[in-house]
Amino acid sequence: MEGVRVDGVERVFRARGRRGVEVVALHGMDLRAAPGEIVAVVGASGCGKSTLLELVCGLQAPDAGTVAADPAVLMPQRDLLLPWASALDNAALALRVRGVPARRARVEAVPWFERFGLSGFEDARPAALSGGMRQRVAFVRTLLAGKPVLALDEPFAALDALTRQEMQGWLARVLAEEPRTVVLVTHDVEEAVVLADRVVVMSPRPGRAVAELEVGLARPRHRTDVAVVALRERALEALGAPA
Amino acid sequence: MTRFGRIGDPPATLSVPRPRRRGGRRRPSGLLGALGTAAILLALLGAWELYAQVGGVDPLILPAPHQVASSLWLDRSLLWDNLRVTAGEVLLGILVAGVAGFACAVALHVSLALRRSTYPLLVASQTIPIPLVAPLLVVWLGFGLGPKLVIIGLISFFPIVVTTLDALARVDPEQLKLLRTLDASRWRILRHVELPAALPGLFSGAKVAVAVAVIGAVFAEVFGGSSSGLGNLVQQAIPNLRTDRAYAAVLILSAFAIVLFGLLTLAERLLVPWAHESPNGRNR
Repeated sequence: MEGVRVDGVERVFRARGRRGVEVVALHGMDLRAAPGEIVAVVGASGCGKSTLLELVCGLQAPDAGTVAADPAVLMPQRDLLLPWASALDNAALALRVRGVPARRARVEAVPWFERFGLSGFEDARPAALSGGMRQRVAFVRTLLAGKPVLALDEPFAALDALTRQEMQGWLARVLAEEPRTVVLVTHDVEEAVVLADRVVVMSPRPGRAVAELEVGLARPRHRTDVAVVALRERALEALGAPA
Repeated sequence: MTRFGRIGDPPATLSVPRPRRRGGRRRPSGLLGALGTAAILLALLGAWELYAQVGGVDPLILPAPHQVASSLWLDRSLLWDNLRVTAGEVLLGILVAGVAGFACAVALHVSLALRRSTYPLLVASQTIPIPLVAPLLVVWLGFGLGPKLVIIGLISFFPIVVTTLDALARVDPEQLKLLRTLDASRWRILRHVELPAALPGLFSGAKVAVAVAVIGAVFAEVFGGSSSGLGNLVQQAIPNLRTDRAYAAVLILSAFAIVLFGLLTLAERLLVPWAHESPNGRNR
């Protein structure tokens, strides 16, 4: 187990065409996540956060530097549930695509539905579920992949504010019971401070880590806790945002 | 409520399971639509009847609607027998085109090399003038069902391939990334995600194919030296100065196409109901 180690990574995209315009997404990016640690990465839009996650998941290779990580599974911003499949089959997809027979995959997914308050919705198709429930189904799918590292790409950004708060509290409880190495990419500084052990602040493009904040607060945390608010302000300051 | 209207829902309701909602779009009631169609048809028929009666047109060139109606009734058994022949050809042709088109679209989707090399040829296949090749096909395949299936299949194949291929290509790239981190093989991505996602495309293609397949059947019968079928009936009726019968046969062909289209729409609602829901991944 090595968690996640990203060292001095550079990633350059070349726009197609004869006069290739180069876009440096990441430059000298470092990131560490010890096994079982929850690391949040915050940064402005377009600072290469999603690229960083794809590197961690092995979906892209760096142009320079090294990426070493335990096997990681991606949880994107949108739930990407299959509209034709039931909630249970959507969660079980993680097993089905590895060749597990349908019946056994469902049997393995059912206990997660009970734990996550999804009982009774096994046969519902995604269109009949609320945004929060869909995201929980997507999270069951992510956990069933059985990977030690979870790469969460703004998992709650598509939800409304109220559901997002609910889901953040829910995720904190789940990760307490079911510890994984987590790289959580978000532009929501509050979310980062409430959920993570450590917050890494990225610069605008080309993205690199410019600040690192140890959170070190007891859980459960609330967004109104004085320490949470103070850390949030420090993170915002590091981001260069007006307080 | 329209799909867009849902954006304004109060957030407090969003964490509560939503009641099942059938179809997201507002549409006119079926009865109103049917009344509209009937009114337009009646107006057209009235104008046609008026023109035939007072316009001084030779009824051998343009029979009045009442003459066509009487042919529909008097020739009903003749029309029915020939409809069964043509309907059989069309159904079998669309079925063959559907299976071949779907398989071809999947092959083209999986292999970029195949897509690059074959797609232009597919487009070219649509420019083949049927009247020219039909007699050749008869020489090769005989007077039976063979040449007709080839012609109908050839015509119906193209829309099915194009729409199915489009549906395959529209699978969310994020979805494919996710599946790769789930260690899904190419085959399993195809089986669990891409093939089901392509089904609405297959239905869209088949619906377009219905109309062209009926035209194709008529061409096949007329230029393929057929001795039965509605196309053949039209061809026989005109030199026999039975223009009213020719019009009656065309009317039957149109009605058949409408029924087939309706059946496909119904099958689509039953088999891929999710294709008409609000898009996956949007939470509102």
